[in-house]
Amino acid sequence: MNSNFILISYIVSAILFILGIKRLGKVNTARQGNFLSAVGMLIAIIATLFKMDAIPLEWVIGGIALGTLIGAITAIRVAMTSMPEMVAIFNGFGGGASALVASAELFKYLNGKEVYLAELTKNNSDLTTTMITIVLSVIIGSLTFTGSFIAWGKLQGKISGQPITYPGQNIINLLILVGVIIAAYFFVMNPENMTAFYVIVGIGLLLGVLSVIPIGGADMPVVISLLNSYSGIAAAATGFVLGNQALIVSGALVGASGIFLTNIMCKGMNRSLANVLFSAFGKVDATKTSPKSAEEISIKEMSAENAAYTMQSAESVIIVPGYGMAVAQAQHEVRKLADELEKGGVNVKFAVHPVAGRMPGHMNVLLAEANISYDKLFDMDEINDDFAGTDVALIIGANDVVNPAARHDESSPIYGMPILNVDYAKTTFVLKRSMNPGFAGISNELFGYENNYMVFGDAKATVSQFVETLKEEA
Amino acid sequence: MEQLIGLIFIAVLATFAGAELIGKIPPQLHTPLMSGSNAISGITIVGALLAVGASGDDKLLAILGFCAIVFGTINVVGGYLVTDRMLKMFKKKGSK
Repeated sequence: MNSNFILISYIVSAILFILGIKRLGKVNTARQGNFLSAVGMLIAIIATLFKMDAIPLEWVIGGIALGTLIGAITAIRVAMTSMPEMVAIFNGFGGGASALVASAELFKYLNGKEVYLAELTKNNSDLTTTMITIVLSVIIGSLTFTGSFIAWGKLQGKISGQPITYPGQNIINLLILVGVIIAAYFFVMNPENMTAFYVIVGIGLLLGVLSVIPIGGADMPVVISLLNSYSGIAAAATGFVLGNQALIVSGALVGASGIFLTNIMCKGMNRSLANVLFSAFGKVDATKTSPKSAEEISIKEMSAENAAYTMQSAESVIIVPGYGMAVAQAQHEVRKLADELEKGGVNVKFAVHPVAGRMPGHMNVLLAEANISYDKLFDMDEINDDFAGTDVALIIGANDVVNPAARHDESSPIYGMPILNVDYAKTTFVLKRSMNPGFAGISNELFGYENNYMVFGDAKATVSQFVETLKEEA
Repeated sequence: MEQLIGLIFIAVLATFAGAELIGKIPPQLHTPLMSGSNAISGITIVGALLAVGASGDDKLLAILGFCAIVFGTINVVGGYLVTDRMLKMFKKKGSK
């Protein structure tokens, strides 16, 4: 088919992607935006099929069918709580695909050099540029692939959520980086040097592992967002290899929007990206732990029944959900609780910290799943002044985002992170399984506060007990 | 060289577009947005199709391209479906 027609199709795809991302940014149009973007993808794929000289049906249909099957089944079956891991895995496959495509291009050159070179000349390109972009695509793509799987493992608890560090880590990483630059130099100078190429692939895969293991589980959302951006950059690099505009535009769009989103997430924690990536945050260092460890804090306990009575007689309750709520799958019970309280005339609001859960917006997704209207959900900035006039702050499985140490304790690893000011409420209830420290591995001084009561137990069981108690009373 | 500069040109423009699109997004949509843009990075499937198309009789090329198609399709199909699942849940109470 006419190559102009294919280019026009790519332009249409690019427009649909941009409109899609734009509409994804508003609640009312988000779903439509995602649909537009999917249509853009379909157009790009169909146009590409027309571009191909020959379509080996068994490979194309087989590949698409297998990929669709795996993608669709996992996407439909995954629990909403595991969403961040799922995004990481899909993303890893995208990065892997880019690395594979770039590698295939190298083999295509090695198989028929004259033909390949003639084609490059025809397209006003040259071999050095192509090889440099192949190297970039392979490194970033492989790094995204393994990094995403490590991030998945950390969130699933298959790999320790604690930062993994070892002596000389920075020097080793630096040496590896120097190694890949040397290998890349030899490869670009002589693309037939397969040893150099395999070293590049190996280092790319290794870099993904090494750069993610020293980062604590609590920071995985930032890592996933960054890896998402990388997979975009890998796609764009592959676009340069192939001279394909669709890949470049879409890859650059994702790469740039991903970096910006990552930055927004870092700001939510009042930290820089460099700090997240290199400081092995959350590694509990004996010399640095805050003076009061969990044992030294004296806590007060309250039964679920009594806590329910307190909320019933309150005028206003702010519910603060965290990852613990997600793990316990308590979101539906939480909605029932909110309904019961509202029936009794209590004003109920939800306070969502920007990094609550494992991803920004994670809590919003879960609460929306439980059919809680999003106009009851408030961002940190919107609601933080309201705590002072609130009777009860109910903290369900959140920990670090409500730790007042972030405000004043300079020795705390989370010092400086904006937090929800739950301790300004008249009473706080913390629903918790046990006294273990939070995901960042630090103890929470809120638990020892005068106006705080711990309600121990599984979050879902505790909340349904609240609901039972309220129903009996009503 | 000319082609390279032309490609860099569109890459720069797309980068700015991507950056502009993000500034104005409410936090509750960050997860769906990340997931949705992640699906777009599956565009690399276009490259995978081209690789398979150019493989001719070469089995190695065909296998590399095939794996890339599978990976890319997982990214695209999974990404869009999961995003849609999340977005389906965002609706005001009562507007069901």
